[in-house]
Amino acid sequence: MALKQQEQVNVQQLIERSRNRKGKKVIEKIVPFGLFLAATISVLTTFGIVFTLIFETFEFFTRVSITDYLFGTEWLPFSSKEPLYGILPLIFGTFKITLIAIIVAVPFGLGAAIYLSEYASEGVRKIIKPILEVLAGVPTIIYGFFALSFITPILQTVIPDLKIFNAISPGIVVGVMIIPMITSMSEDAMSSVPRSIREGALGLGATKFEVAVKVVLPAALSGIVASVVLGISRAIGETMIVSLAGGSTPKFDFVFTDSIQTMTAYIVQVTTGDAGYGTTIYYSIYAVGFTLFIFTLAMNLLATYISKRFREEY
Amino acid sequence: MRYIQEELVMKRMNKRLISNKLWKFIFIVATSFALISLGMLLYRILTQGLGFLDISFITNFASRIPESAGIKAALVGSLWLMSVVAPVSIILGVSTALYLEEYAKQNKLNDFIRINISNLAGVPSIVFGLLGLTIFVRLFGFDKSILAAGLTMSLLILPVIIVAAQEAIRAVPNEQREASYGMGATKWQTIVRVVLPAAIPGILTGSILALSRAIGETAPLVVIGIPVILQFLPTGYLDTFTALPMQIFDWAKRPQEAFQHVASAGIIVLMVFLLTMNSIAIFIRNKFQKRY
Repeated sequence: MALKQQEQVNVQQLIERSRNRKGKKVIEKIVPFGLFLAATISVLTTFGIVFTLIFETFEFFTRVSITDYLFGTEWLPFSSKEPLYGILPLIFGTFKITLIAIIVAVPFGLGAAIYLSEYASEGVRKIIKPILEVLAGVPTIIYGFFALSFITPILQTVIPDLKIFNAISPGIVVGVMIIPMITSMSEDAMSSVPRSIREGALGLGATKFEVAVKVVLPAALSGIVASVVLGISRAIGETMIVSLAGGSTPKFDFVFTDSIQTMTAYIVQVTTGDAGYGTTIYYSIYAVGFTLFIFTLAMNLLATYISKRFREEY
Repeated sequence: MRYIQEELVMKRMNKRLISNKLWKFIFIVATSFALISLGMLLYRILTQGLGFLDISFITNFASRIPESAGIKAALVGSLWLMSVVAPVSIILGVSTALYLEEYAKQNKLNDFIRINISNLAGVPSIVFGLLGLTIFVRLFGFDKSILAAGLTMSLLILPVIIVAAQEAIRAVPNEQREASYGMGATKWQTIVRVVLPAAIPGILTGSILALSRAIGETAPLVVIGIPVILQFLPTGYLDTFTALPMQIFDWAKRPQEAFQHVASAGIIVLMVFLLTMNSIAIFIRNKFQKRY
């Protein structure tokens, strides 16, 4: 019989044998180290980003004075006579887009969040949430094309002196892009407000709307504000929509109907053109990229701070 | 003694009820704004592009003449790109998640890694492009190749995959691990034979969604300097290439009316690509996801 021919061992010996197997011991030691190395890649990525931006920006500042860069009101890098590198027009462009995006996204995004969390039935939520996920997954290049070829012509019929490239159309579309994020984060914050608090208010005779605005909204405020701040960060870093529909004319003013240029759109303009490696224009994209990075990082840290510091615990 | 003045309450009540109804309507309008936007976008692109979409559009190379423009090089290029991004990002992402969930102790270094990952997720994609341009294109000398773009994209979606994998691994109940240890398995054996099989549906779903983000991402490719009009297909990872969003970007920028239709047709191809991937992800989620 097969069983009888096998050597007789007891469990004790089996454990002993398995302990002495060398390969296994080595694997148990190597694996955590290997996984740790993989985990360091993400840290190296951050260091890579920060150091490349700092080094190349430093090179840029050996050619252009830092005060001219920070306080200059004219951005004319392609001028053959006297190129000017004042970042303010690009910041103004980014600011215009962000402002319009927030004006669009906050009321609609927040309204949708209140509806989903306070009014909608489970069935309605099951339909709307996946649609919002689809909206969040649409590549920005598609939004950009939509802004340029559809929204701009429609707006031109309403606002006669609107140029083909302007701040309003891409601003609105960037707003549509960040709606899903604001809605889903705000809805999460509102849904985590306990039922008992709502029922307390309803029991005192409040209407559903009063419960939503006077009870749930204040309780979920930290999460809502954090979602808006993250939305601002996304709008600042948005690239394809603004470079397709925003134009490439950096301007230091508050005109929204003319062609503008954002920080991101400038980087795209330079990298799609043929500015050679080592030119001042080449280094300028790193300085602009670094400025952009600082802005978005500040917004992200602010969002984390708000949601941690002001969270209401139940 | 009357504590409640009924007349006053009734007078106010009417107003409050009306405002309640009105605001409910306003919230519904706000919700439908997003849905209507998506509907308009799809309708516009389908009506503009479907007429242009035929077999020759898929099999032709890019062209300066709109009628003969095709998307072959971009479609094949995007597949090549994915063949770099998928293995690199999934292996790195799952390994990082395993380290953080199964091995990492609560100390400053690991906290730093965690904070770092969540901050990395908020860095704009164009900044990743600058990283790729400096490190992969120039420093490593990969030039404008599939490898350079693929590695850049991998780093871009890495935080998304790590977070998805972490959630999937965390969802595996501790009892299962303890049962495995109780049977005499080592930590690594437990991970490979118990934790990973249980977590794979979640990991796959998250990874596919992250990869579909990489397919549609344009900004890093622009910064790296991927060309747009290519008349040949890549044959190796160090060859240059073009990708679907790059090609669409180029067509969308052209002033001629006809190219608007070509861009729409290209967008339909990209959307079909994305829709297929998303359907696979949803299928895996519904079919294999276990709830403990």
